[in-house]
Parts: sequence; C-alpha cells; structure tokens
Amino acid sequence: MVETAGALALNSPSWWQRLLAGKSFPVMVVSAVILIVWYLGAIYLNSPQIIDRYKKQNVEWSFSQLAKDSWSMERAVLPAPHQIAAELKKTVIDKKITSKRSLVYHAGVTLSSTLLGFVLGSILGLVLAIGIVHNQTLDRSLMPWIIASQTIPILALAPMVIVVLGAIGIVGLVPKAIISMYLCFFPMAVGMVKGLRSPDPMSRDLMRTYNADARTVFWKLQMPSAVPYLFASLKIAIALSLVGAIVSELPTGAQAGLGARLLSGSYYGQTTQIWAALIMASVLSALLVMGIGYIEKIVTKRMRGGLT
Amino acid sequence: MANIIEIAGLELVFPAADGPVHALSDINLNVEQGEFISLIGPSGCGKTTLMRAVADLEKPTSGSVQVRGMSASEARQQRSYGYVFQAPALYPWRTVEKNISLPLEIMGFSPAQRQERAKQYLALVNLEGFEKKYPWQLSGGMQQRVSIARALSFEPDLLLMDEPFGALDEITRDYLNEQLLRLWEQTQKTVMFVTHSISEAVFLSTKIVVMSPRPGRIIDVIDCDLPKDRTLDIRESPEFLHIAQQVRQGLKSGHSYDG
Repeated sequence: MVETAGALALNSPSWWQRLLAGKSFPVMVVSAVILIVWYLGAIYLNSPQIIDRYKKQNVEWSFSQLAKDSWSMERAVLPAPHQIAAELKKTVIDKKITSKRSLVYHAGVTLSSTLLGFVLGSILGLVLAIGIVHNQTLDRSLMPWIIASQTIPILALAPMVIVVLGAIGIVGLVPKAIISMYLCFFPMAVGMVKGLRSPDPMSRDLMRTYNADARTVFWKLQMPSAVPYLFASLKIAIALSLVGAIVSELPTGAQAGLGARLLSGSYYGQTTQIWAALIMASVLSALLVMGIGYIEKIVTKRMRGGLT
Repeated sequence: MANIIEIAGLELVFPAADGPVHALSDINLNVEQGEFISLIGPSGCGKTTLMRAVADLEKPTSGSVQVRGMSASEARQQRSYGYVFQAPALYPWRTVEKNISLPLEIMGFSPAQRQERAKQYLALVNLEGFEKKYPWQLSGGMQQRVSIARALSFEPDLLLMDEPFGALDEITRDYLNEQLLRLWEQTQKTVMFVTHSISEAVFLSTKIVVMSPRPGRIIDVIDCDLPKDRTLDIRESPEFLHIAQQVRQGLKSGHSYDG
C-alpha cells in the first residue's frame, strides 16, 4: 500500500509541476508581461493630456490618481486592455449579430470577402504553378511577372482596383475579394511550384519505367508529394487574404467590415474601437490559420496512416 | 536460346561544364532469356548507366540497345521490364498494397486483379499480412522486398536491379540474396543485376560482366555455372572461390582475362 501511494504521488505531480511542464505556463508569463508593459505604456502615453487637465483645473494629483485616470480615459492615445475588453464585450456579446454596431457583423462582412478571395487566389496560384511546372516557356515568362506583382504596395493598388472595377459596374464583395486574391495567389503559386517539383529523381524514373503519362505523374506523384507545401502555402494565403480584405475596405469608404471599423475609429478618434477591431482581426486570422492546420492534420493522418 | 538484350557498339557521353564525361565506351553484350547477369565494377565504371540505357532512362550517344527485339524506348513503352532502384522508392502516402498496385493502376488492371497480384507477390517476398502497413512501418530490408514485389507485380520477363541491397547490412543482404535466387528459380525471369560486391555477384549470377572506369567499358565476361539450387554455404566451396578469384583478377588487371 505504501508503495502504491508512492507511485501515485510520482505519477500525479502537483498542480504547479504540471503547469511548469505544460505549454500554458510560458504562455501565461508572456501574456502577463505584455499586460504589464501595456498598462505602463498607457500611463506614459496618456498622462501628458491628463496632467494638462489637472493644471487647468488647478487640482492636486497623485500618481495613483494619474494611473487611474489614464486607464479610464476616453479617446486615449493608448487605451488600457480592460477598456478594449469592455468595448469587445459591448460590440461582440451585447449587440445582436445583425446590428451594424456588432463587431461580429463587421467581421462576417470581412470574412466573406476573405474566403472568396482565398478560394479564387488559391485556384489561380495552383493553376499558375501547374502551368509553370509543366511548361518551360511559362516558367520563363510568368515567374518575373508574378514576383513583380508583389513588389507593388497593395495599399497603392487597392483604390485603383476598386475604381476601375466600379467603373465597369462591379461593386461590393467582388472587388474586395479580387484584392485578397491578388495577395494570396502568390504564396500559393511559389509554394506549389516548389511542391510539384519536390519528387526525387528516383520516384520520377519509376514513373518513367511504367511509361506513365503527364496526367498520371501529376495525380499519382506530384500532387501527393506537394501536400505539405500545399498546406504551408494555404496558411500564408489565408492570412494574407484577410489582410487584403481589410486593406480593400480602407480606401473605399466601405460601410461595413473590419477595415471600415478601423477607418471610422480613426476619423472619430475612437481608439478603443480601433483596438477592438484589430483584436477581432487577429483572432479571426488565428482561427482561419488554425482551421487550415486542422484540415492538414486530418489529411496527413489519412495519407500516412497516423504519422503526422 | 533467344537474346532478350542485345547491346552493340554502345557509346554514352555526358556533356558537362568541365568537358564531356565518357561514361560508356564500345559496349557489346548479349543477354539470353532466363540468365542472371551481374554487372560488377568500381564506382564510376558506368554499370548503373549501362543498365539505365537498357531501361531507356539514359539516351545512348551512339550504338544500339535492343530489348526483346525492340529499341530500348519501344521496350519501355511496352513495359517490358521491372526496375528495382538502389533505394526502395516507395511512395510514403501509399500502403504496401497500394505501392505494389501502382504499376497495375497505371496499366489499367481492375481493383480485384490489383488486390490479388499484391497478395500474390507479397507472399513471394515473404511479406504476407503487410498489405495495410505504410512504408515507414517497415525495416529497410522489408521496404526493398516490397519494391521487388512492385517490380514483379505486372509480370515483366526482365528484371533490372540496380544495387538493390547496397544500402542494407550484410546479414539482411545474405538473406535477401538467397530469397532472390529462389525467386529467380520460381519465376524464370531474366535478371540484370548491378553490384559492387564480388560474393553477391558470384552467388547470384549465371554470368558476371566485369567493368572498368574512365571510360566505362567491359573488360571481362565470366561464366558462372554453380548449381541452380545453391545455398549460402556454397560460398565456402572451391568452385565459388575460384570464380570469385577470377572476378577479383579481372577487376584488378583492367584487361581481358582468358580463363
């Protein structure tokens, strides 16, 4: 019995041992450091205005008073985390999703153009990659253009795309999706060119000994080999697609979307609104990338019989 | 007996930045139906290149390669041979069964036929019951046996084997050599086998082609008439040692050996 108890104690470490061994402890430490720096930063950045106000009103003030005021200031230069959390609660939980004041509604608007752009961009990237891998002329002629396309700042290009497409009557979701597509076809094309070329010479020779045609080699060798590259590219592409969707909402005076929230926030000095939209965007981005990662896990498991 | 491979005046030059490399020079070789022929020589003697030329994986600069009365290219298009590479080259996303089925899928066999062939040839290489395993779940020797089963699955008359056991340890290699010999007896295939192990060549072959580098050429062809039902013990016999001695001499001298 004594032995069993000893073994049990060894097998079940105390809560802080488990915490130290797991992933959550480092994450908590980093989060705590960020929060402390943030609160200190809020005092540093907001205090000049508050001290000005104290002087005008001729009131005595202490540091604790200053800290308290700079953490509850409206239109703060840097709003405190709990203010942003309150804003998030107000716009995410308290508002109905259908309301134009709901952040979820705006995220949904951005998400729809993100996903459409992502699908279009991924298909475009894949088609380009297939063309480049199978055709030397395309390899030489297309690749420089593909690289050049990404040297133009998207912020400069986005208004042009919206204006040009608007002039021929295409408005709404599609122009935004096209800007997303413009950003996310690139990692897809580059990644898949690499992936489709990844099979080693021996695997290719094997196909040659079977006198396999190009289509067979593509489906039975090149595509399966490219799967790891495919998912790496898709993860980058979907994150870029979200960036594209937000950027495309900025110059257009869009009525809805996270970009529109950012823009109206900066018009009216609503910094908490900007920060809330930013946090929403990063949560959305993380969820999208995690979603791709989840699909990758399933596909890899099925392809390699449980080896991940 | 009919010649299954006829090579006449074969020259093969690889263009390279620092001058062309003369990989094969004046190769003349006939291989009869049912023979087990080994190509042996030091690294860079062109033995693998010679076999790749037979398989139409390399284009000769001049001369002719005929396989079953066809040009090498036609023979490849007719899927006349099964090729076993230095590494197993199994596709990691396919199970053992699906790897063996790969050539059958490409050649349009029905799913039922593919399953049956996979079962049959897995049994032939002593891997019954491994159908649903993935390559990473198998040892190196097992993987190479799967690749041999894959080469046999579409039942070509000719088997081209490029140092198939070169990367394996000696114990596994001995075991697989014996298995390969049984397999050759059972299936009556013609085998062309590249190796740099003298004892492997003598143990397996009916004919040993000794090659020398720079430029790659044949310096000797040694007949090897050990009984067909030999076991590994034969390596201790005087006949075996005599042939091995001939091969060693041939490799050392670099000129024709008349024995």
